[in-house]
Amino acid sequence: MGLSTVTMIYAGMFYIAALVMAIGLVYKIVDYSRTPVPLKIPTTPAPTTRSGVIFRMAKEVVVFESLFKANKWIWIFGWLFHFGLLLVLLRHLRYFTEPVWFWVDIIQPFGKYASFMMVIGMLGLLARRFLVDRVRYISTPSDYLMLVLLIAIGVTGMLMTFVVHTDIVALKMFFLGLMYFDVQPLPQDLTLLIHLAMVAFLMLIFPISKLLHAPGLFFSPTRNQVDNPREKRHAQAGWAKQVNQTK
Amino acid sequence: MAAPVFDVPEIKNEIEIPKLREGVMAHAKTFPATKPVQDFMGYPHELPEDWKERAIDKMGDLLGKYRSLKVFLDACVHCGACTDKCHYYLGTSDPKNMPVARQDLMRQVYRRYFTTAGKLFPKLVGAKDLTQDILGDWYNYYHQCSECRRCSVYCPYGIDTAEITMAGREILNHVGMGQKYSNEILGKVQKIGNNLGLPGPALEDTLEGLEEDIEADTGVAVKMPLDVKGAEVLLITPSADFFSEPHVESLIGYAKVFHAAGISWTLSTHASEAGNFGLFNGNYETMRKVAMRIRDSAIELGVKRIVVGECGHAWRVAYSFWNTLTGIGYGGDDPFSIEFQKQLDPNYPQPQHICELTNDLIKSGKIKVDPSLNDDLVVTYHDSCNVARASRMGTEPGGQFTIPRELIKSVVNNFHDMADGTIGEATFCCGGGGGILTDDLLEVRVKGALPRATALNNVVKEHKVNFMAMICAICKAQFTKVLPKYGFDMSMVGGVHQLVSKAIKLDKAE
Ligand code: HEM
Ligand code: SF4
Ligand code: SF4
Repeated sequence: MGLSTVTMIYAGMFYIAALVMAIGLVYKIVDYSRTPVPLKIPTTPAPTTRSGVIFRMAKEVVVFESLFKANKWIWIFGWLFHFGLLLVLLRHLRYFTEPVWFWVDIIQPFGKYASFMMVIGMLGLLARRFLVDRVRYISTPSDYLMLVLLIAIGVTGMLMTFVVHTDIVALKMFFLGLMYFDVQPLPQDLTLLIHLAMVAFLMLIFPISKLLHAPGLFFSPTRNQVDNPREKRHAQAGWAKQVNQTK
Repeated sequence: MAAPVFDVPEIKNEIEIPKLREGVMAHAKTFPATKPVQDFMGYPHELPEDWKERAIDKMGDLLGKYRSLKVFLDACVHCGACTDKCHYYLGTSDPKNMPVARQDLMRQVYRRYFTTAGKLFPKLVGAKDLTQDILGDWYNYYHQCSECRRCSVYCPYGIDTAEITMAGREILNHVGMGQKYSNEILGKVQKIGNNLGLPGPALEDTLEGLEEDIEADTGVAVKMPLDVKGAEVLLITPSADFFSEPHVESLIGYAKVFHAAGISWTLSTHASEAGNFGLFNGNYETMRKVAMRIRDSAIELGVKRIVVGECGHAWRVAYSFWNTLTGIGYGGDDPFSIEFQKQLDPNYPQPQHICELTNDLIKSGKIKVDPSLNDDLVVTYHDSCNVARASRMGTEPGGQFTIPRELIKSVVNNFHDMADGTIGEATFCCGGGGGILTDDLLEVRVKGALPRATALNNVVKEHKVNFMAMICAICKAQFTKVLPKYGFDMSMVGGVHQLVSKAIKLDKAE
């Protein structure tokens, strides 16, 4: 059985997108980690131990602690969106694993409705961009488009979950095929094709867009540094090291 | 050149988030540095022909040197959480004073020259070619940021606009757009030893005069030693403490503390300045050169401890950077720091804040105080931004909030904090920090003080507060100048050690 052109295009598209995303992110992460941090600049009060810093960071990632202090609206919408996204992504793992991991099955029912959290959160964030004068002022076209893209991905996904079901078994074969370099036919409903094209596009722009906030957070010196400058001489930064040891 | 006339904002019951009004602070331009000043610093004094290349090159250079800059310019999602956090936005309503918008002044250029998206689709991602107009915006708005880090508390990624401002000023300097105020000061401290340009003999005279005043006042011969070899403590304090009011009252307070505790101490002519404006300009080498004067003096005088007086940004540099820059601290494993760290007394934190020192002495009973001597005062405490969000005191996180308050409460009976959200890590900058404490930016300073003035006004109404204590020379100078514009008396402003000075018992503790 020969593969259709559409299947070939989508297979190629996902290979390229995955490659760009992986290489791009690795490049960025290596670049961040190679760039020196010449001074101690944690935003204080800051933890005085490494484990304290890990806890601080975990709070930022899991509950968006700083954002919570800053603005309850952005926090609630942002958190609904990200937590929804996380559940939805985890749920998607069942298209990539055989047999499906047991915990993916456990969250499956929640994942299904998490898409509502996600889309509601994003609609809230989008509304703020239009309604709050300060946020409108700082928004660039890409800020709106990023939200629109994600909402569109979410909505097309929900359509397939709740309204126009696609051939999930065949879809899973397609993705498992991609993973084992043995391309299988892709079901060709319009909703699915749109959904997948947008996902591939999102992966493509991930490393060159503001989505870099995800790796960026872990490299933020104001959050990841231990507050111990009097006890420990912070002097490992490349270029500054020379400077710091001359009289 | 007279500064423009402007309306002083009205204090409301609460700190309000204004609707934005574009361009209302576009006229506020700090005076540019002149040729001799820029020459000394090694910068051009006018826009060179190849300014654009130079600016972009410098930006690339800084991006390679500071992870903070690179990550911060990439990571912002324009969520807007920081937009209402800056006192300059709250006081002026100019949208370019919103932290993220201030960052975007640089981010738009960063995206255009350093990112794929900005090179390919500039309009889409808000990327712009560098123009003289943009440089002008940088000059205006990077001098309407006091590098107070309030925005970094609230940003979900900890993006610290101060880092961007510092980089911006550094680039501006490299294309001949230096600021008169800061660069003149950096010249003075390097040539003379302090920001005020007060030469050794004048300092000696001043200190002698103060000794006489104290003796006339108390009957006790409290000394203000200068350049005394073999003293135990070297006190590094902002030069404003030597003869600005109310700063000098705190200097008298430190002297009384050392006297009462029987600790031998000294000031230094060579290092007669705690302040380090190298921080404000983002020039690492300058900051280090200024800091090295302190190490050099400590070695020369053979002291065992280094204590820092009331100054906010100085404490940030001392606490957070001295160890890195000069080896003043512990834990260095290279010859440069080991050599010096051997000289220090390991029983004390190095450097130590004067509030840590005094608080310990009072708690351990080594000095005695009588808080009723301050019963005429109802006191509140202004957390200075650099102490609050860029340093620590004591051993626990947050010691920078508890130790000064503990100290104040041990020397006064009436104390009331200002509202939550305006103190501690959320404290509002005085409006004059970060190299903008100059009359040519008076409008920015007055408007930037609005949130603090509002919070103060509320405790004045509610608790009859009549004294706002603080531990920063810039805050003191700023508030004595701008609070009167809001109808407060300038005698409300003073140092924590001004309170200590009044309450301390000078006769030997039994
Ligand atoms: C470590 C993982 C991540 C963390 C901690 C994180 C955190 C945040 C936070 C705190 C915000 C600001 C609040 C908001 O607007 O929601 C934000 C915004 C955003 N995040 Fe994430 N995020 C992560 C991963 C992701 C991923 C994987 C995506 C998309 C595929 C994403 C997409 C977005 C978008 C589009 C925005 C901007 C929303 C707007 O326009 O208002 N994030 N993120
Ligand atoms: S550092 Fe302070 S002054 Fe500068 S933008 Fe942030 S809040 Fe405003
Ligand atoms: S809070 Fe941080 S991420 Fe959000 S707009 Fe401000 S700087 Fe950008």
